[in-house]
Amino acid sequence: MGNGKLEIKVCMGTGGIAAGGYEVCTAFASALGENGIPAELQMGCSLHRVGCRGLCARDVLVDVIIDGQKVTYQYIKPEMVRRIVDEHIAGGNPVADWLVSEDYHDFHKKQIKVVLSDCGNIDPESIDSYLFAGGYKATEKVFSTMSPEEVINEIKRSGLRGRGGAGFPTGVKWEICRKVESDRKYIICNADEGDPGAFMDRSIIEGNPHSVLEGMLIGAYAIGAAGGYVYIRAEYPLAVERLRIAIKDAKDRGFLGQNLFNKGVDFDIKIKLGAGAFVCGEETALIASIEGQRGMPRAKPPFPVYKGLWGKPTVINNVETLANIPHIINRGADWFSSLGTEKSKGTKVFALTGKVRNSGLIEVPMGITLREIIYDIGGGIENNRALKAVQTGGPSGGCIPADMLDIRVDFESLAQVGSIVGSGGMIVLDEDDCMVNVTKYFLQFTQAESCGKCVPCRIGTKRLLEILERITKGLGREGDIELLQTLGNDVKASSLCGLGQTAPNPVLSAVKYFRHEYEAHIHGKCPALVCRELLTYHIGEEFCKGCGACFKVCPAGAITGEKKKPHRITSDKCIKCGSCFDVCKFKAVVKECI
Amino acid sequence: MEDILKEIIKNYWEEEGNVISLLQETQYAFGYIPLEAVQWFSEKLGIPLSRFYGVATFYSQFHLNPRGKNILTACSGTACHVKGSERLINCAKAELEIIGEDTTPDMEFTLEKVNCLGACSIAPVFIINKKVYGKMTSDKVIKEIRALRNTKDGERQA
Repeated sequence: MGNGKLEIKVCMGTGGIAAGGYEVCTAFASALGENGIPAELQMGCSLHRVGCRGLCARDVLVDVIIDGQKVTYQYIKPEMVRRIVDEHIAGGNPVADWLVSEDYHDFHKKQIKVVLSDCGNIDPESIDSYLFAGGYKATEKVFSTMSPEEVINEIKRSGLRGRGGAGFPTGVKWEICRKVESDRKYIICNADEGDPGAFMDRSIIEGNPHSVLEGMLIGAYAIGAAGGYVYIRAEYPLAVERLRIAIKDAKDRGFLGQNLFNKGVDFDIKIKLGAGAFVCGEETALIASIEGQRGMPRAKPPFPVYKGLWGKPTVINNVETLANIPHIINRGADWFSSLGTEKSKGTKVFALTGKVRNSGLIEVPMGITLREIIYDIGGGIENNRALKAVQTGGPSGGCIPADMLDIRVDFESLAQVGSIVGSGGMIVLDEDDCMVNVTKYFLQFTQAESCGKCVPCRIGTKRLLEILERITKGLGREGDIELLQTLGNDVKASSLCGLGQTAPNPVLSAVKYFRHEYEAHIHGKCPALVCRELLTYHIGEEFCKGCGACFKVCPAGAITGEKKKPHRITSDKCIKCGSCFDVCKFKAVVKECI
Repeated sequence: MEDILKEIIKNYWEEEGNVISLLQETQYAFGYIPLEAVQWFSEKLGIPLSRFYGVATFYSQFHLNPRGKNILTACSGTACHVKGSERLINCAKAELEIIGEDTTPDMEFTLEKVNCLGACSIAPVFIINKKVYGKMTSDKVIKEIRALRNTKDGERQA
């Protein structure tokens, strides 16, 4: 390279690290060093660790930017770094074999990045990187030119609704809390992202922790809170670490602490680690957990805005909600409300996962259709299988069948078909997925996570699960489907908190759209060949080459046979783990309904 | 043990008297929550043992029994589930000859499930001794377990 400016950005979210991000980073540092190019953040050259840029399935993703010319590589492993440095950085010719393919750009085309705009561009462990990207400008604007009421009005006008699942207007929540008289108020950031299959909040904090702190700071100013907490899952060690660094840096630079901006405003943020309880995402349970109690919800009212943490007025906002705040302040309520639909404004971050080709983190305007998300952004279904359904909202949500793909994704439309936007998990299911099994999975989850305080949820989810278990074992009875529906509706109507009120949703929506699969199970068949008790495995002699791969992997010693001769499965020893099916390269292992 | 507990209890007062943080630090120090530790806290703080028990059993993070030398964590989030995590778990159980999520009698392995690690794009995910494995397969699980077992046998011979 000449004397141009060189920047290398290595994706170091949880996905990036699992794929070898640290090793890639180290490899760059040493390869650059050998070429006489300094690897530290110096004049002209920098090696950045950045947060998630969405398409985690292609990790490790690496941007190489020379004089503003950006080139992105995918699936990078440490041993590939040498060639990139030699041919591209030193030689000036990008390594064409490893560049991202065309569909990488398609993945980004229909997305509108607001909350995620800086994720993947800035170094999440450097406050300077955030400041350079315009960070804390919104805070300055709020503290120097706006009254708390003006801030609340701006947020109200923007139409921002809570991104944690319930969709309550954020500005209204702040306004109520502002008006309650109290000597002390709190603002809590809810980062207890317990939905399995959702990782929006983790990625936002890992990629841009300061944006969340800034949202909290502006919220605190608006409602008059002096204390802030971030309640975050202990299962997210990287996010916790980056948050710690961010809070410390913000304190050092005077964005947190006492008499901020000489306005006589004090505000400090503490981190509280969750200890693994899904129900703690519920506001009153979360408060109990911060206070060191068992995280059990209580009856509302009084709502936390009146009586929350330590009995004081408390606003609880989700991570994504808070990360939207600085953008609304900077760019104005009108800009924000120009995005989205009439009642659902702005964008929403989704964790698009399951059987979709480009799985990862996406941010789309509210009102986009499900079809656009899955086919234009997600690139369609993996391995050319047929789409069966999309599950949104995790264990509190429902499934949307393939023939309803043109539905718009916003709070109202999804609720109409029996699902929810929820926190933003979106799991794509294909023809190989069994709807009864997926429903059972969610019920296992909610049943285990039910705190046990109220009877309908504690016992109701257990009974629902038992019915589903017997159906998947082929022991279902006529009338079970109706029983699921009645019981499900009862649990919904009578549970104390959101967990129980939504736990039957996966069952009710699956029964509504996939009743035939339930009926098939009751008659002893699992059409998707998933439910273990209804399957048998055997080896097709004509295809078996006798390679012994299945023999080696079978944990039950159920496979016998001589080398190079067809093998056999002894069915009474077989535990139906499916290892042989997975490992057979010749498709000789067959699974079928009993 | 008492020295460590004294350190932990110091933070307790700074942390607004939070039982959860207290237990988290105890587990961090010992790998699980020993009964003696909680008894000691209970006496020093005048908090009944039942309250500790209530909190410790409410949250899935806490372990009341010692755990194995090698920790295998299977993610059973939704994405991992639809990509076959249950098969991996059954396979690991059969290989370790344990019935549930449990520790092997020789205290070498503990198998546990977690709800979601948030790395859904590389599902199914397995963590073996803190190293994250994405797109895991059952033969890789078995291979890793056997490798860990062999290193143990090797150590013994040496």
